[in-house]
Amino acid sequence: MAERTTKSVIVDPLVDNNPIALQILGICSALAVTTKMETSIVMAVAVIAVTAFSNLAVSAIRSYIPSSIRIIVQMTVIASLVIVVDQFLKAYFFDISKQLSVFVGLIITNCIVMGRAEGFAMKNGPWLSFWDGIGNGLGYGLVLLFVAFFRELFGSGTLMGYVILPLDRNGGWYNPNNLMLLPPSAFFLIGFLIWLIRAYKPEQIEES
Amino acid sequence: MSEIIETHLSILLKAVFVENLALAFFLGMCTFLAISKNVKTAIGLGIAVIVIEAITVPANQFIYAWFLKKGALTWAEGFLPVSPGYFATVDLTFLGFISYIGVIAAMVQILEMFLDKFFPALYNTLGIFLPLITVNCAILGASLFMQERNYSFAESCTYGLGCGIGWALAIAALAGIREKMKYSDVPPPLRGLGITFITVGLMALAFMSFSGIQL
Repeated sequence: MAERTTKSVIVDPLVDNNPIALQILGICSALAVTTKMETSIVMAVAVIAVTAFSNLAVSAIRSYIPSSIRIIVQMTVIASLVIVVDQFLKAYFFDISKQLSVFVGLIITNCIVMGRAEGFAMKNGPWLSFWDGIGNGLGYGLVLLFVAFFRELFGSGTLMGYVILPLDRNGGWYNPNNLMLLPPSAFFLIGFLIWLIRAYKPEQIEES
Repeated sequence: MSEIIETHLSILLKAVFVENLALAFFLGMCTFLAISKNVKTAIGLGIAVIVIEAITVPANQFIYAWFLKKGALTWAEGFLPVSPGYFATVDLTFLGFISYIGVIAAMVQILEMFLDKFFPALYNTLGIFLPLITVNCAILGASLFMQERNYSFAESCTYGLGCGIGWALAIAALAGIREKMKYSDVPPPLRGLGITFITVGLMALAFMSFSGIQL
């Protein structure tokens, strides 16, 4: 662990050690925002920023935090960062912030942020921790975009708001699959994504 | 009177079935998937979540209504050397996240000490789950929904209780299914996490049959 380079810290979480698919972290707040590509990109960027900067901050003060209150300290750092992100979104992307509703606030309890602060930033230097935050945020964003791509394309026939498959109710030919807009589809898609990753990388298969 | 009962019943049933936090909003998923391997622990965790939800949602509603909401601080003018109307435009809503999470962390800590002192048997069953609950998004999520929907104090009591029951119900059901799944032949790459996701998806579909119920 001690010899990890900046590159490995960024690339590892993308597929090999993906926070959602392998570590079961951070599924909580994210899946409800994946009905559209646009909201998922904003959500992913928000999580990348919060993870990276909370890792940086926690790592910078790691030798001054008494271990008995470390959870509260991390929580305060994360909550402050999330407030900044929330205010920023409200100021510049008001529509999207309305659509994301409570899920911006729920980044606080996103286990990826906490998990990285506790598991990585408390043991490594600020520079490496910062990039670890970016890497894990990207791994999370990748899964989010994968799910959002299918949900938006097949659910509403658009990508990023542009029409790809013209809907039949607007004179096109595509009859949208409404299931894709409903919560259960996100579970199925992630289940299949995990299947895909593990079929390709058999060493991730769980014994059960 | 009957109208009040009606609103509360509607909030409760809606929170338990129609807008189930776990299956309709994906909240508390990490713990939901990680600690649902057997029914007994799942029920223990479920009870802990019910207790914490029922306490923290009203507590946060109190903080929101008396400190954070726009103009909520006007009651403090009498105690401070300021002119009347000084606090009328003060809006501290942006401090919501940090105060809610503080309340939740503190409540969990207090509950833990309280149970340890007075109900050691219950503490031993729930003990390991209590710290986990602080980072359970279902708890914070319920408080944020409470703020977004502007519930009154009494309504938030009902809502907190309903959310907790709904979450507990979902995790107990999932644990039951997963216990039975040990006997089935799942394709290897899908074992563990993959099949659990698909099961939860099917459960969410089943729960959707409650949607659209008007009370």
